[in-house]
Parts: sequence; structure tokens; C-alpha cells
Amino acid sequence: MKKYSVFAIAREAMRGHKGWEEQWSSPEPRKEYDVIIVGAGGHGLATAYYLATVHGITNVAVLEKGWLGGGNTGRNTTIIRSNYLYDESAGIYDHALKLWDGLSQELNYNVMYSARGVMMLAHNVHDVQVLKRHVHANRLNGIDNEWLTPEQAKEFCPPLNTSKEARYPVVGASLQRRGGTARHDAVAWGYARGASARGVHIIQNCEVTGVKRAANGAVMGVDTTRGFIGAKKVGVVAAGHSSVIMNMAGVRMPLESYPLQALVSEPVKPVVPCVVMSNTVHAYISQSDKGELVIGAGTDQYVSYSQTGGLHILQHTLDAICEMFPIFTRMKMLRSWGGIVDVTPDRSPILAKTPVPGLYVNCGWGTGGFKATPGSGHVFAHTIARDDPHPINAPFTIERFRTGRLIDEAAAAAVAH
Amino acid sequence: MLLIRCPYCEEERPELEFRNAGEAHIARSANMAGESDDDFEKFFFIRSNPKGIIYERWRHMHGCARFFNAVRDTVTDKFVMTYKAGEPKPTKLPKNSNEVVAK
Repeated sequence: MKKYSVFAIAREAMRGHKGWEEQWSSPEPRKEYDVIIVGAGGHGLATAYYLATVHGITNVAVLEKGWLGGGNTGRNTTIIRSNYLYDESAGIYDHALKLWDGLSQELNYNVMYSARGVMMLAHNVHDVQVLKRHVHANRLNGIDNEWLTPEQAKEFCPPLNTSKEARYPVVGASLQRRGGTARHDAVAWGYARGASARGVHIIQNCEVTGVKRAANGAVMGVDTTRGFIGAKKVGVVAAGHSSVIMNMAGVRMPLESYPLQALVSEPVKPVVPCVVMSNTVHAYISQSDKGELVIGAGTDQYVSYSQTGGLHILQHTLDAICEMFPIFTRMKMLRSWGGIVDVTPDRSPILAKTPVPGLYVNCGWGTGGFKATPGSGHVFAHTIARDDPHPINAPFTIERFRTGRLIDEAAAAAVAH
Repeated sequence: MLLIRCPYCEEERPELEFRNAGEAHIARSANMAGESDDDFEKFFFIRSNPKGIIYERWRHMHGCARFFNAVRDTVTDKFVMTYKAGEPKPTKLPKNSNEVVAK
């Protein structure tokens, strides 16, 4: 792997940019690997990267039915934060946030992590109580979060409507300054490049159609559209399709898959300097470096794999955006899209061993998995390599739905659901 | 937005009038306190989440307010049929969903 640097740019400029190499190779699949990861999204590629760099396991294949980063990694609204209520969630999301800081240097790839601050608005007494509880809980866990008055909120985000005449006036806000955004595609590409350079095979257009198990129940490998590929360890990181893959191995999951939509506006000059979220009016917004306003909507109410959702869901979100930012009422929306998110009953992910020996699962990130990408890959690689969870993901078992030790994280999406 | 046929009102109405109520034909135990942890987990948390035909409950919230069941393809979001609550899970599905709606 040739290192990217200012000198590389200068060198390539001198010779007509003919020396840039492919960021990752596309090899033919081997007959057998030590580990197969199902799903080349951010979480799957990060898992492969950390298997190679932290655990020295490089005989790894990442199988992807479509193209790399083309699922929810390329469809989310790129928001990063760790202001979750419970200790378990704080542990895993802040582990990720610490890795975001420095990830561009680690990967030698600019993931454009921008700690521009995530501000969550309170519109009523209940919001104030809930958000202040989060502020205190976060600070006890060593996570930065602070309380702002409406005036301070306005100062931090000038286009915000803090008028007392608003239908849902802003009565306060919480602010996590380390929160922000990153370039979602670059995260997948950066991990893919780093993993590929260390010998990991990234195999696109290779859909898993079955999971093979030996007589003793252990995993032997997977059937794919490119034939059988053997492995004694298989990690399923398939987002909305995780339960489909797990069913192939005979494991039924506490998951339901819903369409989640997002949309972007026409690009404009910098106007929203941070991420703004509101539970009560049900919307969140940030501005990409290209200038588009990036807006996240809610999920549809029914199980679906259609990667599309109802128009009324977007309309509801835009109503809320216009309520918070009346200056955007005449903005034109450029495009909208949907992804399929796998939601657990307690809105917390599952990163765990499964009842099947050699089968591991990293799923259930629901509507907010992007922010956790580095941390999720890091602890999931540990879980696969050691056949034992990292202390950070140890609480995120499948069994918690039998024992009742739920991680009931209503803050997962930061919007009411 | 989906168009959903309420089997009680016998009309196709926009999704906004309805609330999805999750997977259908999950029997609630008559003796909930006597359920094992395993069985309670299956009843309460485990879902089939199929990619393809799903049997699900809907409620015609802003109409007759009654619960009913529907068969839908989760890949295309097309309804195959709807039927009244309490009716058995259909074993044979009609080939052409449009014929059912036209009835």
C-alpha cells in the first residue's frame, strides 16, 4: 500500500497521476479462510481491519452481495455522538468516539471526522428533564455533554428559531462538543484499503445463500453465488439482512427490519455549523461539506426490505425542519433514499457469540449504527479472534432477551419511536 | 404510502388511517406467569422478520378501529390479501393479488 501524503500528490502531479494504485484488490475467493465476514459495510470492513491489525488474523474474506459500502454505510446521515444514557451504551459508543479521533491518521485516509458538536433541543419540561438526566449520566461516565440556555443554543447555531412565539419553542438544549459528522463513504473505503493491504480479501457481488454447519453444529462455511467458501468462524454483519442470514444457520433473532429514509437539499453556503436534533418535533439536520443540508427522517411502521419508504414520512420530517428553521422553508430538496435498518426490541445492538459454535453476529444497530463503526469493528474483531467478547460488548448478548438484562436505550435514534 | 384494504370496511384506504401492529398469529399464553423464560422470549421478542411473505396485523385506527390481518410481500410491499382477525392463517395464497382486491 502506497502511503497517501502531500508528497504523493506532488509526485503524481509531476507524472500525470498515473501512479495511483487501486485502493483495494478484488481477488478470486479462496476455498477456505480462517474468518469470513458477511457484509462489506463499515462495521464489517472495520472488523476485518482490526482482525488484521490488532489480532494478526489476515486470512479473512469479507463477502458482499452488492458493492462495498452500498448499504446503510452509504445511506446514513453520518452523525457521530456518544451521549447515550446507560453505562453499557456509553461504553461502546464512547469507545467508538475515541477511535474516530485519530482515525484518519490511523487509516492514512481522510474520513473527514469533524467534531462540530451535536445539539439536542428541549421544547418542554419533559425534554428538559430527560436531556438534563442524559447530561448528568454522561458526565458521570466521563463523556462530555453540557446544558445550554436558548440564548446559548442560538449563539451556537444562529439559524435556529428560538423565538418564544414558535409553536414548539426551544427552552434549552444539550450539547456534546465532541460529536459531529464524518464522510461515510471514506470510512468504508479507508477500512477496505487498510484491510486489503494486510491481505484481507474483499469479494463484492458475492451473495451468501446458505450457512453450512457440521454434524456437531459448528459452522463449516457459507454457500454463495460464487460457490461454497469454507471457514470455521463466520461473522454476520449484514445490517437489515442479519436475521435473513442468521435464519440460514437456524438461529431466529429478536430483530425487525424497517425502511429508514433520509434526504439532502440543494447545496448552499455554510449555514448550519453543527448537528441539531429534536426528539419532540422529530427531526435532525446537519450540513455536509458539499453544502447540502442532510436530513434524517423516521422509520416506516411496517417490516420491509424494499429500501424505499412512504412520502408522508419525509413530509412529516420536513414539517419539523421548517418549524426549527423557518429560513429553510423555500429550500429545494435534491434527493431522498431509503435503507433497511434492523431494530432490536430494546434499541441496542447485538454484538455477540451465538448458540452456533463459530458463528458471531454484529447487528441490531437500528437507526444509528454509523457513529459506532470503529468501536463496533474493534470489539467484534476481539470477539471473533478470542471466541470471547471484549468487556465493552459483553453486555450486548442475544441472551439478554431471555434473561431480561435489556439495555433499554430509547436514546438510540435520538428521535422518538 | 401503502393502500390497505380493510376487510371490515371492505374498502381500500390510505396507510395514514392504519397502524401496523406487528407480526400476526403469535399466540399469547393463557398462563403467562407459568411461561418459561425460553417460551416468553419466543413470544415476546423473537420475530420471523421474513424477506418475502409476511403475516401481519393492522388496525384501522382512523376508520372502524378494528384489528385485522394482512399478507404482504416485504420485498415489493404489495399486499396479497387481508382477512379478519380470528380467521385462520391462510394456507394457500391467491396467485394474483389484484383478483382478491377486485372481489
